[in-house]
Amino acid sequence: MRRLALFVPFIIFLLLGFFLFRGLSLDPKELPSALIGKPFPAFAASTLDGKQVSEADLKGEVALVNIWATWCPTCKQEHAYLNKLAREGVKIFGVNYKDETEKAKVWLQQLGNPYEFNVQDEDGMIGLDLGVYGAPETYLLDKNGVVRLKHVGDVNDRVWKEKIQPEFQKWSEL
Amino acid sequence: MIHSALKRFVCLIILSFSCSSFAVIELLEFDTEVEKERYQTLIDELRCPKCQNQNLADSDSQIAIDLRQKVRDLMDQGKNDEEIKSHLVARYGDFVLYRPEVKEVTYLLWYGPAVFLFIGFIVVVVVLRRNKQDSSDDKEASLSEEERQERIRQLMNKNSEK
Repeated sequence: MRRLALFVPFIIFLLLGFFLFRGLSLDPKELPSALIGKPFPAFAASTLDGKQVSEADLKGEVALVNIWATWCPTCKQEHAYLNKLAREGVKIFGVNYKDETEKAKVWLQQLGNPYEFNVQDEDGMIGLDLGVYGAPETYLLDKNGVVRLKHVGDVNDRVWKEKIQPEFQKWSEL
Repeated sequence: MIHSALKRFVCLIILSFSCSSFAVIELLEFDTEVEKERYQTLIDELRCPKCQNQNLADSDSQIAIDLRQKVRDLMDQGKNDEEIKSHLVARYGDFVLYRPEVKEVTYLLWYGPAVFLFIGFIVVVVVLRRNKQDSSDDKEASLSEEERQERIRQLMNKNSEK
């Protein structure tokens, strides 16, 4: 019994070590989305081209929904990669978040348009329903329009290959 | 001399209480004082998802401004506090609550401190008990006066033999 007691500090050390080590690789900025497994929130809005759309227009195929704005520098950074994904056949919808329509149109003309269409969200209320807290954010929807994955920050080669693509494939095969 | 020191002290006290009034910048009109209080309590208790260590009241980030607006809108729609909170939790997760609900995943958070306090208490009791026992053990083991003299004699003899 006495001998066992000697191991107590060592066990405490191991436990502490485990939690501290875990802490090293946790990103407190990365919030779990409350929407995973739930359908994309209902909305009715017009696109940048003036078409009326709703959440039903996002269904049908596994797709990405990208939240972006012209005031967001990281969005510019990821734009080229989104273009590349679109060329490879990935369906991407855009939500133009708290932005000005004219600026957004110019941006798409200059940088290319990877989006099927862009939902205008001038007052940020679609974003709010989605739980957006910083652009850019990217959501993966399955064929039925259910949110399956959320990524905060830019989509680049590493993020796509390690995080999004495996899920994309998984839901495409279903 | 004393007078100016006192003045300075009073100024300091007044200043240290003045910060909270700067927290919300928007000018909002409320019908009643009760509504205003309710709004203030809500945005004090809801956390900003972007700037993680601030509540909605303190934060100046765009998302906090939007969320404050949302809280106001929901209040105007006649939602009660619980409904407003669950509306935001459904979108941003439990994270937005500074006082999370008591449920399975938050048991450790809520009851952890009490459990640790209890463990600490047990440790203290055990240590105290053991100390007491040790000292009483000593008493039992202690020798009578005669025995002690005998012991001393033995030891001294041993030493002189060397």
